[in-house]
Amino acid sequence: MTTVLKVDSITMQFGGVIAVNNLNIDIHEGEIIALIGPNGAGKTTAFNMITGVYKPTKGRILYTNDAGEEVDITGMKPSTIAQLGVARTFQNIRLFKELTVYENVMIAEHLHLKSDFLSATLHLPWYNKEQQVAEEEVERLLKEVGLWEERGEKASSLPYGKQRRLEIIRAMATHPKVLLLDEPAAGMNPNETDDLTAFIKTIHDKYHLTVFMIEHHMDLVMEISDRIYVLDFGQTIAKGTPQEIQNDDRVIEAYLGVDEDA
Amino acid sequence: MKKKRDLILSVILLIVLFGLSWLLNSEMDSYVRRIANLCMIYAIIGLSMNVTNGFAGQFSLGQAGFMAIGAYVVGIFTVPVAARATVFYAVPMNPAIAGIQLPVWAALLGGGLLAALVAFLIGAPILRLKGDYLAIATLGFSEIIRIVITNASSITNGALGIKDIPTLNDARYIFLATAIAFVFIAALINSSYGRAFKAIREDEIAAEAMGINLYKHKCLAFMISAFFAGVGGGLYAMLLGTVDPKNFLFTLTYNFLLIIVLGGMGSITGSMFGAIIVTAGLEYLRIFDEPLELFGMNIPLFRPGLRMVIFSVLLMVCVLFWRHGIMGTKELTWDRIAQFCKNPLAVFKRKGAAK
Repeated sequence: MTTVLKVDSITMQFGGVIAVNNLNIDIHEGEIIALIGPNGAGKTTAFNMITGVYKPTKGRILYTNDAGEEVDITGMKPSTIAQLGVARTFQNIRLFKELTVYENVMIAEHLHLKSDFLSATLHLPWYNKEQQVAEEEVERLLKEVGLWEERGEKASSLPYGKQRRLEIIRAMATHPKVLLLDEPAAGMNPNETDDLTAFIKTIHDKYHLTVFMIEHHMDLVMEISDRIYVLDFGQTIAKGTPQEIQNDDRVIEAYLGVDEDA
Repeated sequence: MKKKRDLILSVILLIVLFGLSWLLNSEMDSYVRRIANLCMIYAIIGLSMNVTNGFAGQFSLGQAGFMAIGAYVVGIFTVPVAARATVFYAVPMNPAIAGIQLPVWAALLGGGLLAALVAFLIGAPILRLKGDYLAIATLGFSEIIRIVITNASSITNGALGIKDIPTLNDARYIFLATAIAFVFIAALINSSYGRAFKAIREDEIAAEAMGINLYKHKCLAFMISAFFAGVGGGLYAMLLGTVDPKNFLFTLTYNFLLIIVLGGMGSITGSMFGAIIVTAGLEYLRIFDEPLELFGMNIPLFRPGLRMVIFSVLLMVCVLFWRHGIMGTKELTWDRIAQFCKNPLAVFKRKGAAK
């Protein structure tokens, strides 16, 4: 199996606070990897470094592009990383709230349009062709996720669960190889979580995606992840298959605390 | 089918409006013509400001500066060569440009392009700023342009301004320019670049995560905005027949801010309505500036300046009760008009709903 994303001992320091310390993660093609840990462990910071929001204080992040070449994406612009094929969602949903469901997904197609702004403005034939391809793509994606009927609604008027799905499908419209999900099931009830689990599995299988996610719902994590990394206070305290993690003393300790009497 | 219908209706509307501008030109006196032309020019500049402020969500207050660039390019290059010695009587014109005279359309285009170039050059440092800071930086920049113009006497004739610019108080040409600006900006906003601008307005971080290069798109919006402000400024210079640095004080920018806030930030048709209301409104409120006698008594309030008081009150009422302006981010589309014709009351009913 080839490595798609290789996080090579990255450290992120904010003044005196070390949010992430010497993190190493290897993600192989087609895997579903979960990153778990208590609140404030540095999980979202790790995501922000991979997607270019923060530049790591130390370390490198390597990404294998479609041609099979390793690219150093450390400190690249978020937009460039997205163009290379790493898409993400956000912990606190970040949809384009005042725009319609359709526009939200359509915007993600923008990076595939080669036309310059003049030919786009004048709606020249080659732009129209690209635009049509994008439109068909968006229609297909929205139908797949069951949001086609609501395409004209404002994104902010959708119920919570659908907003989460819309955010995932918006990320999918950038045609990613690696999809980073930041707490996709946050605030969902068990039913919705089950639906989401099935949904993530479906898109993973269908698009040969590599999924890397932060999640607190253990049912979801244990059910779909191939491997799990556990972070606490910026350090990796454990990694392995769901079974290994469930029985790891340090993980239990991090989550439940130490029994003083024992 | 619908697209075709809308296109046909729009073309018909444009032709009808063009016919009206023809009529305006031949039937109306020059005062009315001047107001109508000013409305259209302000509409162009309002539209241009809406591209950055309304669509890309970058609060820029540099419009007066870009207008000044366009106006001066037109001023400098369209004054007949023979008349230049009398215009530049204090400091002779720089010999390098003294002999160049451009046709009007080339000067207008050149003014727009120079404004866009300046926008590109200053965009690199200042587009990193956000919100209020960007507003202050662009405001400062427009003052810098004005001061440079005031001091570059051999090119701009300094504080004396440039007179004898061939005037263009002709509604037909100005209408054509407005129509081109309107169609171009409407088409831009409906293209994928327009969607990218809106994405930046809504959420910069998410837009970036969707592969939209923030700097590139902000700079593009800024340049397009500057281009049309420059063209608008050139037309403004030709409407007045003179340019003077004092025409482009930063207070001028607030006129356009007013237009887009009133019309709706992020609405193209809104900017058109805003421009008409603000420009025509300010003119027709002049009755309040004239002394008024009622029952033999002179009402003391009616004196020069009252119209500004009334106008301000109207604006405050509008902003308080109609916070998103007349149109908000909506557009007046043919669909909407058709709906209104079928059921006029439904438009008001829907307002209550969460749409």
